[in-house]
Amino acid sequence: MSASVGGPELTIAVPRGALLRDTLDLLDAVGVETAEVRANDRKLLFGDVGIVTMRPSDVPTYVEAGAADVGITGKDVLTEQDEREVAELLDLGYGPCRMILATVAGEPDPAAEALRRLGVMRVATKYSRIATRYFEATGRQAIVDLTATGTTLRENGLVIREEIMVSTARLIANPVAHKLKSAAIDTLVARMREQRPAAPVTA
Amino acid sequence: MIHPIPNGTRDVLPDEMRELRAITEAMRAVFERREYGEVWTPTIEFEDVLRRGETGVDPAYRVFDDHGHVMALRPDMTVPIARVVATRYATAQPPLRFSYFAHAYRGVRPHRGQMREFLQAGIELVGAPGPDGTVEALTVLCEALDAVGLRGYRIALGSASLYPALMDTYDVPQDVRETLLAALAARDFVKLENQVQRHRLDDALVRVPQLRGGPEVLDAITGGEAGGLRAILADLPDAVSSRVVFDLGLARGLGYYTGAVFDVLDPELGEPLGGGGRYDDLLARFGRPLPAVGFALHVDRLHLALAGEERQA
Repeated sequence: MSASVGGPELTIAVPRGALLRDTLDLLDAVGVETAEVRANDRKLLFGDVGIVTMRPSDVPTYVEAGAADVGITGKDVLTEQDEREVAELLDLGYGPCRMILATVAGEPDPAAEALRRLGVMRVATKYSRIATRYFEATGRQAIVDLTATGTTLRENGLVIREEIMVSTARLIANPVAHKLKSAAIDTLVARMREQRPAAPVTA
Repeated sequence: MIHPIPNGTRDVLPDEMRELRAITEAMRAVFERREYGEVWTPTIEFEDVLRRGETGVDPAYRVFDDHGHVMALRPDMTVPIARVVATRYATAQPPLRFSYFAHAYRGVRPHRGQMREFLQAGIELVGAPGPDGTVEALTVLCEALDAVGLRGYRIALGSASLYPALMDTYDVPQDVRETLLAALAARDFVKLENQVQRHRLDDALVRVPQLRGGPEVLDAITGGEAGGLRAILADLPDAVSSRVVFDLGLARGLGYYTGAVFDVLDPELGEPLGGGGRYDDLLARFGRPLPAVGFALHVDRLHLALAGEERQA
C-alpha cells in the first residue's frame, strides 16, 4: 500500500475516459487539487496529490491490491468484476449509462428470428460475464454494451431491445485501507456525499 | 521444456524456503511455550465429514477412492481439528490446545494472485468460552506476530453476532435479512443503503456496520455484543489492546463463526494476513459440544508483509 509520509493521506485511483471530467470536478469540490491532472493527459502518477489515473476497468484491480486506497469506477465495471475484494462505499450519481441488449434493426427482431430458426446466435460484448449471466437468466442473445445517449447504436443500425442494468460511478475502497485509514476515508465519503446530485439512480 | 503445474500452486525454492522456515519456526516456538500441541491431519478427508462443518466454504477438489467414497482436499484446518477433538479427545478434560502448520486448498480464481494451495499457521483453543478464551487466542496471536518480527500490524475486531442482533432490534423482515447479510459480506454499502431505504428500515443498519476505530465506536451500540467486545478489550494485555481496531461491520467468509471475529491487517498488504474468531457451535456438529476459538495466518502473506516492512525501514 502507499506510503503516506509527508504526502497525501490517501491514494486515489481515477478513471480515464468518460468518467474523468466529472471525477476531477468532484475531487476539486472535495479539496483534492487536480490542475496538474487536467494539464497533463499523458502522465499517470500524480504523487503530490495522491492521484493515479488508469482505465476504468483497472481501478478495481489497483484498489483490491492496495496500490490505491480508494478509487472511482462505474458500477458496470464492478458488476463485471464482482469477485474483486473491494468495499463499495458511495453511489456518486454521475456517469449514468445503461447496459443494454441491442440487435440489428428490423421487425420482428432479426436476431430473435435467427435464434428461433437456427437455435444459436453470436454475441458481441466485452462484458462477457454480465452478458452470460443475463442470457442464462433470460435465454436471449445479441450485442451487450453500454450506452449513454443511444447515438452510436442508432448510427450503426442497431436497436435497443432490452435494458440489463443501469450504471453510475461508484467510490470504492481497499478493505484494509478502509479499516486502517478509516478517518481519512470517512471524511472523503462525507464530503463526496455532500456533492452528490439529488436522488441518484441506483441499482 | 515446460512442464506446467496447476494454476494457483507454486514451487518454493531454497532462498524463499529459508525465510518461510524462519517465520514458521518463530511462531512454533510461541505456540509451544503456550502449550498448543502441534498436530497433523490428513490433507484429504471424506467430503461428508468436511461438509458437516457447514463452513460456507465447500471443498473445491474431490476424488473418488476404490470404494466410490468421495474424498476432498481440506479447505481449512478448523474442521479437521474439530473432528479430531470429537473422535480422539471424546472424553478429554477441556480446555484443549492445538496448533498446526498445514496446507489448505480452495477453488479461488488464481488470476487475482490468490493461491489455491496455501500454507496456514494457526491454533485452536477448545473448551474455553469467551471472553477469557478469546483474550488468550488474541494474546497468542500477537505474540506469534511479534516473534516473527512484524511491526505495523493491527487486529480488526468485531462480532459475527452483531449484525444479526441489530436486525433483530430493528425488526428486519425475514426475507430481507439474507439480502442485507450478503451485501455486508460483499462490503457493498451502496446496496446495503439502498435496501434499507427501500424497505424503510432504520438508518442504524447502514451506519453501525461502517463504524471502525477505537473503543468509542462501541458507544454507538447497546446490548450483549457491545458488552462482549468491551469485556475482551478490558482483559487484553496493553501490548495486544494497543493493536486492536474495532470494526463493527467485520464479516468473515466462513460460516461457523458465532461471536468475536478478527482479521490481521498490515499497512504493507492490501488483504488480511489471516484471522479467526469464536465458533461455539461447530464442535456440537461433531458430537462434542464445546465452545472454541482459533485463528489461521497465511504464511505467504505474512512473508510479503515482512518484506514490505523491510523495504520501508
